[in-house]
Amino acid sequence: MRQTNVLVIGGGPAGLSAATAAAQCGARVILVDSSSRLGGQLIKQTHKFFGSREQRAGTRGIEIARLLQEEAEAARVEILPETAALGLYSDGVVTLEKNERLIKLKPERLVVATGASEKTLAFANNDLPGIYGAGAVQTLMNVHGVRPGQRAVMVGAGNIGLIVSYQLCQAGVEVAAVVEAAPSIGGYAVHASKIRRLGIPILTSYSIKAAHGGETLEGVTVWQLNEKWQGIPGTEQVLAADILCLAVGLTPLTELLWQAGCQMEYIPELGGHVPWYDENQQTSVPGIYVAGDAAAVEEASSAMVTGKLAGLASAHSLGLCPDFPVLGEKVRQELTQLRAGPTGEKIRKGLGKLRARSRPGAM
Amino acid sequence: MSLRTNGLPDQDQLTASRPSPQRLARGPVAIFECFERIPCNPCFDACPTGAVLPFADINDIPKVDFDLCTGCGNCIAACPGLAIFVVDETFSTGEALLKIPYEFSPLPERGETIQVLNRAGREVGQGKVVRIQKGRNKLATPLVWLTVPKGLAQEVRHLARYQ
Ligand SMILES: Cc1cc2nc3c(=O)[nH]c(=O)nc-3n(C[C@H](O)[C@H](O)[C@H](O)COP(=O)(O)OP(=O)(O)OC[C@H]3O[C@@H](n4cnc5c(N)ncnc54)[C@H](O)[C@@H]3O)c2cc1C
Ligand code: SF4
Ligand code: SF4
Repeated sequence: MRQTNVLVIGGGPAGLSAATAAAQCGARVILVDSSSRLGGQLIKQTHKFFGSREQRAGTRGIEIARLLQEEAEAARVEILPETAALGLYSDGVVTLEKNERLIKLKPERLVVATGASEKTLAFANNDLPGIYGAGAVQTLMNVHGVRPGQRAVMVGAGNIGLIVSYQLCQAGVEVAAVVEAAPSIGGYAVHASKIRRLGIPILTSYSIKAAHGGETLEGVTVWQLNEKWQGIPGTEQVLAADILCLAVGLTPLTELLWQAGCQMEYIPELGGHVPWYDENQQTSVPGIYVAGDAAAVEEASSAMVTGKLAGLASAHSLGLCPDFPVLGEKVRQELTQLRAGPTGEKIRKGLGKLRARSRPGAM
Repeated sequence: MSLRTNGLPDQDQLTASRPSPQRLARGPVAIFECFERIPCNPCFDACPTGAVLPFADINDIPKVDFDLCTGCGNCIAACPGLAIFVVDETFSTGEALLKIPYEFSPLPERGETIQVLNRAGREVGQGKVVRIQKGRNKLATPLVWLTVPKGLAQEVRHLARYQ
């Protein structure tokens, strides 16, 4: 069985940052990702990112992915693409699959940075071809260069819904409307203004009633919601569309952490079920760390920082990274700053709840 | 209706964000339509003159010293919110020059007549492309310089090509 100091599962911004940080401290690091291209969500992001210079704000996601991968390579992280982590066992063994071959690995420390998966929505005919998650539409357009259709309806006015609407227009797709069930726009106002300028209406307090079509999607009925979020009969509008794109939120991908026996908590503000973790991203199972969207659905900027923190902390626990008391504090401060504003309020509240849950074994 | 419910800033927000008439009368200047606290500050890093004042907190709303602003447009290309525009009301007697971020291809051509759109994407008139400014990095946001009738300088925020 292969051994290593640190195994990182997931090669998005969190995993790449964790791997680089641990390797720079002198740890032997292996990073695995199930996809062939590293970067996670970033490889679909053709827009410029928010954050500050430390998190490469103003740079496009795809570009950030390339830079992070170069840094990991320079730090001599061993990168295994097209390698999926299948199982995590209580004896510390991780099973991986590459090219239909099973590999067993026993790392001394583990960082889980598997990201998040998209939520779906229940409505009549929600299985018609032409109905996609926002992530799938982005992959079609920005990774494969395929125009997914002629006219789209977007569900969800969070940042993802707003950004993907903009990218659909860039790809030459007309966007009929953005429909949002909440009474106000969830994403940044600058993103909302950006798509208004393109002439796309944003319908708040509206939802999907049904999708229509024979073989594939032809149209969508939307209707207004009352204060109890119930549809108001008589407010229906039919929008012609061959794409319905759902951007209704993400939920952390945590199967491996459940399997490993980590204490899990349900915290809606963090995206659903998340593992309990301490201020250095360590879960209730000593030696297993979590970072990025798998720990809390947040942003690439914070994913890079939680990744770095997990990487440094795991190296420190192996007796490397003697400067951790100072370095770790600096990184935690960077995180606090990112989460300081109104857009960080949800995360602050969620983390407050998580920390208030009793630490395993400390009862 | 407001920025939070329909993505359109209200008149008070727009008035507060605008440089004084005296400053506008002196030539090109940046207009920041960034009204909400978000964790973002590339405009500060991009500004060569110090016109974008330092952020105490990365969530601060950008504050600009319009007297230091030369209207160079560096901040436009760096802004992920596409929330910055340069307006030059001194371009000619009847026309103002706008610098607008434009991320659609194909780009319009120099000399082309285009439709000019307001913040809600409605056509409000015609403009003419004066220059296309592309950054050194091919992923940077291109700026379209266009002329519009002076009365539309504070209305026009986007453009569309005739088919
Ligand atoms: C449309 C859109 C716009 C966004 N815009 C911004 C923005 O402007 N600014 C910003 O800061 N953030 C933005 N984000 C958010 C940002 O992309 C994510 O928060 C960030 O990518 C999370 O990083 P991560 O490393 O935790 O996860 P991910 O990027 O999701 O990476 C997870 C990786 O893990 C791999 N993986 C999962 N399970 C396994 C397994 N079992 N075995 C092996 N590999 C596995 C996946 O293949 C993937 O590569 C945006 C997101 C979207 C969708
Ligand atoms: S236009 Fe130039 S000088 Fe003015 S704020 Fe932007 S970068 Fe600074
Ligand atoms: S770069 Fe743009 S979005 Fe970011 S703070 Fe500056 S003006 Fe606002």
